[in-house]
Amino acid sequence: MTDLVKDMAKSAGGHPMVRAEGVHKSFGLAHILKGIDLEVNPREVFCLIGPSGSGKSTFLRCINHLEKISAGRLWVDGDLVGYRQKGDKLYELKEKEVAAQRRDIGMVFQRFNLFPHMTALENVMEAPVQVKRESKAVARERAQRLLDRVGLGDRKGHYPAQLSGGQQQRVAIARALAMEPKLMLFDEPTSALDPELVGEVLDVMRDLAESGMTMIVVTHEMGFAREVGDSLVFMDGGVVVEAGHPREVLTNPQHERTKSFLSKVL
Amino acid sequence: MTDTLDKAPASVPPEQIKAIPVRHYGRWVAGALVIAILVLIGIAFSNANINYSIIPDYLTDKTILSGAWHTLYISVLAMVLGLVLGVILAVMRMSSNPVTSTVAWFYVWFFRGTPVLVQLLLWYNISLVFPILNLGFYKDEMNQVMTPFLAALLGLGLNEAAYMSEIVRAGIQSVDEGQTEASHALGMTQGQTLRRVILPQAMRVIVPPTGNEYINMLKTSSLAYAVQFNELIKRATDVSSTSLAVVEMYFVASIWYLILTSVFSVGQYYLERRYARGSSRNLPPTPLQRLRRNLRAFGSFRRPEVAR
Repeated sequence: MTDLVKDMAKSAGGHPMVRAEGVHKSFGLAHILKGIDLEVNPREVFCLIGPSGSGKSTFLRCINHLEKISAGRLWVDGDLVGYRQKGDKLYELKEKEVAAQRRDIGMVFQRFNLFPHMTALENVMEAPVQVKRESKAVARERAQRLLDRVGLGDRKGHYPAQLSGGQQQRVAIARALAMEPKLMLFDEPTSALDPELVGEVLDVMRDLAESGMTMIVVTHEMGFAREVGDSLVFMDGGVVVEAGHPREVLTNPQHERTKSFLSKVL
Repeated sequence: MTDTLDKAPASVPPEQIKAIPVRHYGRWVAGALVIAILVLIGIAFSNANINYSIIPDYLTDKTILSGAWHTLYISVLAMVLGLVLGVILAVMRMSSNPVTSTVAWFYVWFFRGTPVLVQLLLWYNISLVFPILNLGFYKDEMNQVMTPFLAALLGLGLNEAAYMSEIVRAGIQSVDEGQTEASHALGMTQGQTLRRVILPQAMRVIVPPTGNEYINMLKTSSLAYAVQFNELIKRATDVSSTSLAVVEMYFVASIWYLILTSVFSVGQYYLERRYARGSSRNLPPTPLQRLRRNLRAFGSFRRPEVAR
């Protein structure tokens, strides 16, 4: 994606898709996120890399309020995540309002988390029918189209246990897309896969990026980050150590910590 | 390497192993022992002062049949009440709301901790506490409202709910947390997640102990005898007071209990199969398939088939 397109997209919406200001997160005594500031623009593919325990997955989960942030502010498409601000007071959103916010944010998990008691097609149909109250016929048609798009149109009647890991993850991507999200979060989507199955999932993600989806990808696939990513952030110890264009950061890291991490994974 | 593999002739089948199977002498000894013991018990029972000949006649006696019917429907209704209330209690118990979770805990503590016979009698005599039932739109003397049927239903059902809630809770907790996260990430509410995602998967864990509970309920319902409900044991006792065949009538009742539990055991298999969908690649066999397979295995028990 060219910078021109990015600028156009940004000027059209007027605000970034995701904005984080001083985001902190603690689990009891463990201080996981220690002040994250970043912006993700519409139509951007934003890659988060870093060692395990650096807080990148936690940050991703904060974006759709699966985790509550302890301090700071987090906006998605201009709306505060999980709270409503009136004057200088913050009000927690009700469960229904949080659910409504999540509708527009798709998420893909490391361990797929498909619904095992439903077929691939039913998995993809479930949220539109239940959450959007869409008719089954409409949902089924879209589900079929999405399964075709991820190359699994002929597997629609299979249960997750009858699919390979790569196929399950592709169904999971189709399931998230069925809600027609404006933002997709990927939490190490290929880490639980056999090496030879990684490619098919990355192909689907690359195709999605080309269609203009805003994506935040926590990944260990440096090749994907370099080829598809528009921005890259290296996190360690709960802070952003280095940020920039993927090619620059990956080939010419500035910080010692980034250098030592990349020397081990590249 | 691959070339030689491709060209390897596949037409020569490997020679199958023909070995003499291990002899299990212990099985024959144990079998003979079991038969001997059964014969001894049989002789003892047939010499007892019991009039077996009247048992078949009374199996289809009108009074006994109506008792079996009452046992069947009170246990089904009490179980349904227990199941519905049990799910509600389990959800309450796991709720983040401290009031509801405490109420649920207290309910289970009380109803599990007191004898079901006492609970039945308490419902039957509830007019001691509330002489008049006043629901605003409906008002009547409690003695008129609290029939043996209602006392049996409440006594058995509310007691069962305490047990069911623990079974349901175990089932819900057995479902992977990732399922909840995935549902929430799709924008589903707590209730939708529970109904559409968690409970259907929890059923796989819930069904086997629930079948157990139901079979238990079939027999525990005999305690409704104490509140004048016309179930099987009460009817058997009624018949024995006129026919003077007391033990024989309890045998008749037991045969009916065995028939009912057998029928429900078969039903449970099919229920388990229904909820095994998606959890394994192959469904467990139905009782009929199992029977056929066992018969086939029995027919060839002398020379086991060589593995294909």
